[in-house]
Amino acid sequence: MESLALLIPLSVALVFLIGWIFWRALEGGQFDDLERPAHDILMDDDK
Amino acid sequence: MARTIVAAGFEKYYEARAAAGVRPELLPPAEVYDDPLAQREFVAAPGEHVREATLILDRIRCAACLWLNEQALRRVPGVLRADVNFTTQRASIAWDPRVTRLSTIVAAIRAVGYDAYPFDPRRGDALARRERRRALWRLFVAGFGALQVMMYAWPAYVDAGAGTLSEQAAALMRWASLVITTPVLVFSCGPFFRGAWQDAKRRRISLDTPIALGLAAGFAASAWATLAGTGEVYFDSIAMLAFLLLGARTAELFARQRAGRELDRLARWMPSSALRLRGGTEERVPAHALAAGDRVRVAAGERVPADGVLEEGASSADESLLTGESRPVAKRAGAALVGGSVNLEQPLVMRVTRAGADTRAAAIGRLVERAAAARPALVERADRLARLLTHVVIVTAALAWALSGNVWIAVAVLVATCPCALALAAPIVLTRAGAQLLARGAALTRSRALETLDRATDVVLDKTGTLTQGGPAIARVATFAGADDAGCRMLAAALESSSTHPLARAFHDRRVGQRPTVRELRNEAGQGVEARVDGRLVRIGAQRFCAALAGSPAPETHAQVYLAAQGRWLAAFFIEDALRPEAEGVVRELAARGLRLHLVSGDDPAIVGALAARLGIGHWTGGATPQDKLDYVARLQAAGHVVAMVGDGLNDAPVLARADASVAMGAGADAAQLQADAVLTADRLGALQDLLEISRRAMRLVRQNLGWALAYNALALPAAALGWIGPWEAALGMSASSFIVVLNALRPLARKGQWKASPSSSPSRSLSYS
Repeated sequence: MESLALLIPLSVALVFLIGWIFWRALEGGQFDDLERPAHDILMDDDK
Repeated sequence: MARTIVAAGFEKYYEARAAAGVRPELLPPAEVYDDPLAQREFVAAPGEHVREATLILDRIRCAACLWLNEQALRRVPGVLRADVNFTTQRASIAWDPRVTRLSTIVAAIRAVGYDAYPFDPRRGDALARRERRRALWRLFVAGFGALQVMMYAWPAYVDAGAGTLSEQAAALMRWASLVITTPVLVFSCGPFFRGAWQDAKRRRISLDTPIALGLAAGFAASAWATLAGTGEVYFDSIAMLAFLLLGARTAELFARQRAGRELDRLARWMPSSALRLRGGTEERVPAHALAAGDRVRVAAGERVPADGVLEEGASSADESLLTGESRPVAKRAGAALVGGSVNLEQPLVMRVTRAGADTRAAAIGRLVERAAAARPALVERADRLARLLTHVVIVTAALAWALSGNVWIAVAVLVATCPCALALAAPIVLTRAGAQLLARGAALTRSRALETLDRATDVVLDKTGTLTQGGPAIARVATFAGADDAGCRMLAAALESSSTHPLARAFHDRRVGQRPTVRELRNEAGQGVEARVDGRLVRIGAQRFCAALAGSPAPETHAQVYLAAQGRWLAAFFIEDALRPEAEGVVRELAARGLRLHLVSGDDPAIVGALAARLGIGHWTGGATPQDKLDYVARLQAAGHVVAMVGDGLNDAPVLARADASVAMGAGADAAQLQADAVLTADRLGALQDLLEISRRAMRLVRQNLGWALAYNALALPAAALGWIGPWEAALGMSASSFIVVLNALRPLARKGQWKASPSSSPSRSLSYS
């Protein structure tokens, strides 16, 4: 039970870390065009 | 690098959290919009003292903002007209330049807490991207937060009463929940609070108000319980509620942007620069700097930067963006080029006749922008109902709280019955219908027409220029001495290609074909054309002119144009105002739809009667004056019929205005197009079918959406008020109803098999069909 005192704050920190990673991906343009990747697979360029 | 991004991002975070309105110091001064040079791109001057422009509105959240912006704009002295569209977030305004300036109008919008930019496609793009990123980020924070908070809540639910969970552990989890729920509420739910606050300051209620009240009440009660260490906490409900609400809102944003993008293609028809030829040198200039009279070189594969006339070179053009017709159109010297079409084969030189805002593409664009201004009556009623319902919801929630003493019932009522779905029901459908019609060659200039076209019982057709081509065409070819029909047509087309005689137009076939090479072309004014083809001398034109070459009297004397070679007759062409090739099919289709058809024309009754009989149109009138046409439509309307009028030409303008729904042919006079609810830009009658079909389906979707939203609210309000559903169920229900409405609005509007892939030359990156 004592481990909870450590694990819960750790999980809160983790939430913020993951949030920050997602934010970087977002600002990097990862999610700007959600439709294109679905079409890309149909138009492969490698002959 | 990462640090810089984070710093920049956090700056946005605090801006989003703290600032309720716009921060004026970050905005460019509105005065820049008064610069006449800058205005050339986005301001139209339909009258001496009238200026029109389209503004992109920023920070619009719901249908109530639309109303507020309209009111704010209309109160500016000198503003003649102001209409705001929710789906495209654009305001279409007209003002008197003697009384006010554009900067004053923009300042009025900023004063009520919004911002406006003159419509510039590239700027709109960046705006849309930022909006999309923000929405996803908010959704992620809420979703991830909800997930985590639910894990902290789980032990408390499982433990309930068993006492195995220590007091400290439970308190720790509550505090962790509070820490994670706070950014969810403050950041993710920011738009709800900002919207509600803006409206509260103006003593009004919007769709955001009940949501903001519900979230705030729930959070305050839970936070108090955590701080005090006693009572129930519902952080999990709040975080999940925020996630579901944002999910619906994000879906709506994406659908809205998608619909808006379809319309944006219009604005992007024009390339941004052009290669101007001046005194033997070439110079790259912005397309809007072109003026009538300039000579421009257009490379193969490039877009034509303005309307003009081809001077050098021969090529073909893809005009599909403008007309919906994907077949290439052959272009030779003297041919008209439409701005926005694509030069397909050879480089060419053109002389500009109309540039910038005067081009045909720009004019159609403005008509379509205006379409949103006149919304169907059904939609107007739905909007009023949504506003009324918001008040009812808040009163019900207050009563439920007062009577039950349980804040969670009030939260459920506020969230479950927010009439968001009602406000969402129509705008997306209407915008999509407009965009899809445009892709099929019909520009909707008033979306109100969708409703009347759907209800139309009678279609009144004009003859000249509507059912017929409105210009000379080859009706029949008589060939002599074994000459072959196709060869004669080709030869005639080659000979007449540079002729300016009115009848020569009949030979200007738009299709690309292999034509014989013509040498020594000689134009005999009023007589015809003589030339040498494959070494043989041939003539085309008047009977006597050709007889001189053929050396014998013509074997056929009633034709209008003859073709002869040395010593023999080749063919005789019967020219008349021919029926459009698709007319018969369209008329059959309309009749099959159960529409009563009427043919009303100013032409000779005998001709009109014959045509009506041939097409199977039951009701017809010939020799009608414009007044007769007007009376005819008025009589039908008096008998309770809903009349759709299809016409062209100046004569039809009054009757087009009188009819319940009116459609003008694209080649018709401009006045007719301004009166009409829809313009068939392709000048192709077949687009009329698409127009009726899409109207019917669009209105069906709108009715389904409204019906669903009303039914949902009618069930949810009493259920929530009686405490049958908890806050998270309320959020699920409200989000699901919004989702369903948005998804339904995205259903196909046209029949299967009618889909046309967007042309490969299309600048749009999206490959989707809708």
